[in-house]
Amino acid sequence: MNAIVFVVIGATAFSLGYFFYSRFLTEKVFKLDPDFVTPAHAQEDGVDYVPTRRIILWGHHFAAVAGAAPIVGPGIAVVWGWLPALLWVTFGTVFFAGVHDFGALWASVRNQGRSIGALTEDIVGKRARSIFMVVIFLLLLMVNAVFGIIIANEHIAVPGSVIPTWTVIIVAMAVGFLVYKKGMSLLWVTVIGVTVLYGAIWVGALVPLALPETMFGLGAPAQWVIILFVYAGIASVLPVWLLLQPRDYINGIQLFIGLALLYAAVIIAAPEVVAPAFNTSPPDNAPPLVPLLFVTIACGAISGFHGLVASGTTSKQLDKEPHARQVGYLGSVGEGTLALAAIIACTAGFASFAEWDGFYSQGFPASGLTAWAIGGANIMEEGLGLPANIAETLLAVMGILFAATTMDAGVRLQRYIIQEWGTIYNIPALTGRVVSTLVAVGTCLLLAFGAGGGGGGGLIIWPLFGTTNQLLGGLTLMVLTVFLIKLGRPTWVTVIPLTFLIAMTIPALIIQLADFYQGGNYLLVAMDLLILGASIMVALEAISAFGRARKERAAGGG
Amino acid sequence: MKFLSTVGELLREFYSAPFRGAVARAKRQEDDLFMLLVFSEMVGVPNPASYYTLELQPLLYEDFHEWHKRMGMDHSPLEWFSCC
Repeated sequence: MNAIVFVVIGATAFSLGYFFYSRFLTEKVFKLDPDFVTPAHAQEDGVDYVPTRRIILWGHHFAAVAGAAPIVGPGIAVVWGWLPALLWVTFGTVFFAGVHDFGALWASVRNQGRSIGALTEDIVGKRARSIFMVVIFLLLLMVNAVFGIIIANEHIAVPGSVIPTWTVIIVAMAVGFLVYKKGMSLLWVTVIGVTVLYGAIWVGALVPLALPETMFGLGAPAQWVIILFVYAGIASVLPVWLLLQPRDYINGIQLFIGLALLYAAVIIAAPEVVAPAFNTSPPDNAPPLVPLLFVTIACGAISGFHGLVASGTTSKQLDKEPHARQVGYLGSVGEGTLALAAIIACTAGFASFAEWDGFYSQGFPASGLTAWAIGGANIMEEGLGLPANIAETLLAVMGILFAATTMDAGVRLQRYIIQEWGTIYNIPALTGRVVSTLVAVGTCLLLAFGAGGGGGGGLIIWPLFGTTNQLLGGLTLMVLTVFLIKLGRPTWVTVIPLTFLIAMTIPALIIQLADFYQGGNYLLVAMDLLILGASIMVALEAISAFGRARKERAAGGG
Repeated sequence: MKFLSTVGELLREFYSAPFRGAVARAKRQEDDLFMLLVFSEMVGVPNPASYYTLELQPLLYEDFHEWHKRMGMDHSPLEWFSCC
């Protein structure tokens, strides 16, 4: 089988999804109205609520939702073979993520641009809102810990990535400074910044750096995790304009460049897929495909995080309601495209089945980002003639920058939540910037080290992170369903994905619970139980909320 | 040239759109601190540079009302200056 077939399958499925299914959603379910006054106009303030061109809005929505997860998830999940991963990414994007992202954006636009968290309380109730807050905190905690581990592992697997990864921080701060303090033209700043970034990738590939194998009794991964969290703590208190904004921007630009390069290479090189459709001999510790596949690939098939972005910033900037179709649905298609690229790199980028099997048979979960860098680099070398070491560094840095940008924002958000708790529960110490940042970073470090392996130990919590993300997606689908019931619209478009998600996440949690318990990892057992409790509450809440909404509708005039 | 300016404009929007709110809030915080420095004598905080900041007061009157509302004072804290 040739990898071009994957590209054709993906392109066909995504096009059909966009042209037919999203049209059906637009006309029959969400009934988008070109005359509806969107919050960007109704509440225009030049700050949060600003009508924005749809291409720009799509661009930054896509850049905000695309992260390391749609690379790492498929990179791990191909261990079961390429077919299950390919099917879940294509079907998931078309029928799950598309509806979820598009729906979250629409629901928020129809409710004064309110966030999904606020809508949960308005539409479903207070109890659901409490579950929502707990799930978000757990998600942030896990995303920060897991991405810290991923970057640490990648710095060791591809030592060439060290120089460019840390150079980007200086480049970003220079961009922020030049744009805001010197008023320089962004176009030229961008050209120079991107040139420096790719120059640093070239230098990094030639000058790989590594930390000492042990220092103060800590292995190299653990040292990296600590360095990363010290950085993330400092970064999270720096002004937004100085680091977060320019970093996000450069990250968005390199996302488009990297994706274009990789797809061009795939089309020119047309590599053969060496992985089997179904892997008949996965590593002994690999959990069963069903249900674990559906939580290993969260971003790239459906991810609750997208609902936060769609209802957080995107909905406040939507110029016309029908744009929600392009921004929301095509945003998730963009993410599906990234996940598809990851599947291709991790199944067609290895020279032979033996080499592929040699990588994946080492144990579950394999380092998805490393597979992406190795496989993608081989394809880029063949297709574009880029030296393999430079291509490998480029792809590793692409994944790392996604993860690092998410971490920057994640630690900042966690600090806000902790400060808010400090205010609510009257603990003045927690409201300060320094203490709350220390608490945020401390809990992440605790989890990163508690996950085993001395801080760099594999990605054991990856499926748990995926499960939490799916759970958040389930909550958003629940809110959407209740909203659709109240409006008397068809609900199967959200009820089927919701039921499927709950049916997969609960057994996945139970299987992982047994694994953690047998492994003696009681921190993860406790987290798993917490998430399991939240999942069951979501399922019960959904049933009761749907019943209430139906009754209300029947009483109201149905 | 026209092409370059269009690209520049699109990039600027791509740069600023996701962070408009955050940047505006950060700017307002800085402005609030500056306002406090300029009007500090009036709210009872001694300011050694008041001779110089006095000159700035007329320039800031426009934003004064918004500022004292944000600072939790329903009415102007200055006896000799009432904006509301």
